[in-house]
Amino acid sequence: MKYIDEFQDPELARRLLDDIHATVTRPWALMEVCGGQTHSIIRHGIDQLLPDEVELIHGPGCPVCVTPLEVIDKALEIASRPDVIFCSFGDMLRVPGTGRDLFQVRGEGGDVRVVYSPLDALRIAQQNPDRQVVFFGIGFETTAPPNAMTVHQARKLGIRNFSLLVSHVRVPPAIEAIMRSPNCRVQGFLAAGHVCTVMGVDEYPALADRHRVPIVVTGFEPLDILEGVRRTVAQLEHGEHTVENAYPRAVRAEGNPAARAMLEDVFEVTDRAWRGIGVIPDSGWRLSAKYREYDAESRFSVEGIRTREPAECRSGEVLQGLLKPYECEAFGTRCTPRTPLGATMVSSEGACAAYYLYRRLTATSTPREASPVA
Amino acid sequence: MCLAVPGRVLEIEERDGTRVASVDFGGVVKEVCLEYLPDLQVGEYAIVHVGFALQRLDEESARQTLELFSELGMLQEEFGDPWEAAAGQEVGK
Repeated sequence: MKYIDEFQDPELARRLLDDIHATVTRPWALMEVCGGQTHSIIRHGIDQLLPDEVELIHGPGCPVCVTPLEVIDKALEIASRPDVIFCSFGDMLRVPGTGRDLFQVRGEGGDVRVVYSPLDALRIAQQNPDRQVVFFGIGFETTAPPNAMTVHQARKLGIRNFSLLVSHVRVPPAIEAIMRSPNCRVQGFLAAGHVCTVMGVDEYPALADRHRVPIVVTGFEPLDILEGVRRTVAQLEHGEHTVENAYPRAVRAEGNPAARAMLEDVFEVTDRAWRGIGVIPDSGWRLSAKYREYDAESRFSVEGIRTREPAECRSGEVLQGLLKPYECEAFGTRCTPRTPLGATMVSSEGACAAYYLYRRLTATSTPREASPVA
Repeated sequence: MCLAVPGRVLEIEERDGTRVASVDFGGVVKEVCLEYLPDLQVGEYAIVHVGFALQRLDEESARQTLELFSELGMLQEEFGDPWEAAAGQEVGK
């Protein structure tokens, strides 16, 4: 596919790798905060092609993985109601709540539907005026504008049987929390390209400055990731800490102004709990007062939920980059994509699922695809 | 889920006051909402996520990035140590 294949070229990958090998003189720990990048890194074996000095720590960049258990349990309760059609992206189906998941709710008779776009859920609401249609609105800044537009359209068209269960999260406050953590080893960030496609880059210079950490906006194909690593390592080697855009074909400094304006209108910033990490101040969005009547949580008054995480799951440590998936005792045995203990084993963007899929079962195992070619 | 991919606009139509495009992703054609990129034109590429075009793909900057990558290491090849380069090739680098 055009604009994908060219950025997987093995000869250019070798040039980028050679440059990184020639530049690096000491150990550096870099974090990517995007599940799509984590998946690409493991799939193409990029971490194994980098010099030993460069470590990639997989941050909490998988929206499915960081959605708090309490919200999953609320989703399960709402989806179980006979008057509800519950719509979701496919990778939420197997995310374990307390004791069950959406897939089981469907097996028990719940009307759970997988949609490609939130607009599909709105269409289902139009076609079923006597049912309540709820869309599970999760995701980072990339996914928030489509969901915001859908609520905006519902209001504009007067579709009152539609609501959104909102659990949106924002990347910059997570970077702030990671840098403030006493266990933090991160020395440079690959910022999530498509988050910046929407938001632009103006939230990052203050972070880079405050924590003296380079932040390089990075894309998703192998060459994009290598270029992000190359630029971050070059900054670290030169003692610099600025914000750079290594993904200019999709990221403008100002982001997408129309999408940002819609986010301002439909959502307001709120504190948000991240599964496995805890509450991060100002790290989420909820519906603004103007759109509050489309909030599924208040429409269905799901209160008093008691959550229970499996004691064995260490996904919180994986999400913070403190533990590699294969260092968890349950990994690949009691915890697999078919029987996940935690969300990081569910989504293809979760670190545990990516390591499992590409057979990274130990620190030294050979990946299925060691070349940087798809 | 967070995947956003580049696709090429095949045609654009107006539906209920909203611009909607048919976008080709290497053979798979999907309907895409253009509310966030109202001036996107047929033939252009855009980054698309869950049915929404989020940004026009800047073809010129894509070309420049690839050019930069292909120039990397040229100076090294020109002025670097040929013995080291040959030794590197021997171990299959």
